[in-house]
Amino acid sequence: MEYQNIVWLIPALPLLGFIIISLFGDKLGKTMVGLIGPGVILGAFILVCLLLGGVLGGSLGDGQVFTYFNWIAAGKLNISIAFLIDPLSIWMLMIITGIGFLIHVYSVGYMHDDEAFARFFAYLNLFIFSMLMLVMGSSYVLMFLGWEGVGFCSYGLIGFWYKKQDYNAAAQKAFVMNRIGDLGLLLGILLIFIHLGTLDFQEITAAVKDPSQSSLKYGAGLVTVITLLLFVGASGKSAQIPLYTWLPDAMAGPTPVSALIHAATMVTAGVYMIIRSNALFALAPCTQSIILGVAIATTIISATIAISQKDIKKVLAYSTVSHLGIMFIALGLGSYSSALFHVTTHAFFKALLFLGAGSVIHALHHEQDIRNMGGLRKYLPITFATFLIGILAASGVFPFAGFFSKDEIIGRMVEASPVLAVFGYIITALSALYSFRLLWLVFFGEFRGTEHQRSHLHESPLSMTIPLMVLAVLAVVGGILNFPHALGGHSLLEHFFEEHHIIIKPLAAISFSHSTEYALYAVATAIIVIIAFITYRFYITKKNGPVADGAETGLAKILYNKYYVDEIYAAVVVKPVDWLSVQVHKILELKVVDGIVNLTARGTTEGGKALRLLQSGNVSFYLFVMVIGIIAILFFNSINLK
Amino acid sequence: MNSLSLESLYSLNGYILLASILFSIGIIGVLTRKNIIVLFMSIELMLNAVNLLLVAFSVHHGDPNGQVFVFFVMAVAAAEITIGLAILVMTYRNTGSISLDSLNKLKW
Repeated sequence: MEYQNIVWLIPALPLLGFIIISLFGDKLGKTMVGLIGPGVILGAFILVCLLLGGVLGGSLGDGQVFTYFNWIAAGKLNISIAFLIDPLSIWMLMIITGIGFLIHVYSVGYMHDDEAFARFFAYLNLFIFSMLMLVMGSSYVLMFLGWEGVGFCSYGLIGFWYKKQDYNAAAQKAFVMNRIGDLGLLLGILLIFIHLGTLDFQEITAAVKDPSQSSLKYGAGLVTVITLLLFVGASGKSAQIPLYTWLPDAMAGPTPVSALIHAATMVTAGVYMIIRSNALFALAPCTQSIILGVAIATTIISATIAISQKDIKKVLAYSTVSHLGIMFIALGLGSYSSALFHVTTHAFFKALLFLGAGSVIHALHHEQDIRNMGGLRKYLPITFATFLIGILAASGVFPFAGFFSKDEIIGRMVEASPVLAVFGYIITALSALYSFRLLWLVFFGEFRGTEHQRSHLHESPLSMTIPLMVLAVLAVVGGILNFPHALGGHSLLEHFFEEHHIIIKPLAAISFSHSTEYALYAVATAIIVIIAFITYRFYITKKNGPVADGAETGLAKILYNKYYVDEIYAAVVVKPVDWLSVQVHKILELKVVDGIVNLTARGTTEGGKALRLLQSGNVSFYLFVMVIGIIAILFFNSINLK
Repeated sequence: MNSLSLESLYSLNGYILLASILFSIGIIGVLTRKNIIVLFMSIELMLNAVNLLLVAFSVHHGDPNGQVFVFFVMAVAAAEITIGLAILVMTYRNTGSISLDSLNKLKW
């Protein structure tokens, strides 16, 4: 099987889809676009499966680079369009193309009534292309190309309904915050190039493993700075404190966008990047501690905000930030395979939850406020069933997928220190709290919307419910990907990585006995069950619902207003920058630049006015000037003779 | 005659002086006189001053090229004055005067 011929097709197919749909989409019509858009992703998925066979069968070794084109050759810098296919990239490729395909199919139904149908699919295909370049690139440069591409597509898709100014502001906020992170990433990449002379992943890992070759010493300042800068880049893309506020605002985009970009793929790019650079992070324990601290703060703070939100998508958005925090906790502890496992299960259940929310929104004709929902399980049975599975997976109930990945990470936290153990269980409790609150308020109790909305309630079409069902199945069985030894499994993902030496300093197997692990599982499950009961009593039996906007008091008010972080940013960052740009405009732009331009113009005019006086019309004067000129020429000719 | 005797050398200075004076008179005439015909006469004066100088040096060096060049200069002067006078007649027909001040239409 000649892989060289098919590897380039994987990103080329979505790119082709983008070109065709963006150029001819309106002429082709919605049916055709609805076939091409998902079709190219399905094609890419099939090719990825072929490659997966190759990786599992061992024919690609620890990772093979497929080079196509020498792009930049400038002195020491040699960048080719080359793709690295190894277990990590194959894993990400399966998630991106698989879940990407399901969401494309869902979008055919969800965006059916939208007139900008073609533009949506063009952007989606371009996004998939960029994301594929990100995970397949064999060097930081290609990864950065994909990184920027997904940032741009995210901007285009969040601000998809561009006629509403709020959505444009949200898109701009996402892009600018991403950019701030990108600055850190770029600086990190530059430092890597300066000190290691190469930007290729395999070469960097080899250089780091060989201490004589590299100038990076364990725990030294240089490596710490590089990894911190890379982490800044990752926090911009993956919504860690302080660059997370763009993600809840990004819910302005259509729901399939939230599912694909802000749950399953783009936000995991940061996690992927850090796993890819694990050789560098292994040398910087200081950075890992910082990552751990920031991640814990992010997880807990966003979970507390999620408890108070009244928009179904905002709850899911903060839940996403919280789960991203959990992934980064795993990275901070050095448990890379757990982080990737959680990325995978999170992609399954969070995409499922977002698509389910989209189904609810679709049924209620674009109603997103949970105060107007309730009792929907009677009217939307399939959506309810799949959403229930999603919530159980998200809060980490056995035996759904989320349980295995989350509890593996919590196990590592307990192993690391008792303080982290406490945080771990706080996180479990909080995530159960917001998840079950959402479930009860949307699907149980009495319907609180208008009579008009009730009469229109109907289950979504097949193109929307089939992806929901597929994802539900994945959310149920996803645990088998890394089933822990304690429960009789073989930790497939962890061993997959170890066999192929993806992680250069893998963590030892968890040091607890199986009975300790069972006890930990039991504690987690007990917490979740108790919280589920408490919330049921609070929201359904006692019928306490979220209150009207502005009527919250005390702690609820602070949480609903997201700890006023956006307002703080507006006052501390946005206003000074605005002031600065006004000053620069008033002084540099109006006075200096305009001044210079006007000066040039005026100088020319005044010079012209002066020279014009030479045209006196007096012939004698002309003759006089002529004579003086001739004398001058003769004079200067004679004195220059050397 | 190849070279001149010492007195002739002395006299060469005289030729040079005479030619310079004539040339200067010509220039001053060109610059200050208002009558166009006088202007032409001054130009001719300058040309002839140069002719004189050319011939003097030609005799001094014994090189006939100088004198040949004088013929060229005379021919050119003749042609130039022909055209100049033709222009003068047209100017008179258009402006009714032969003063240099009448040609001031190109004033800003």
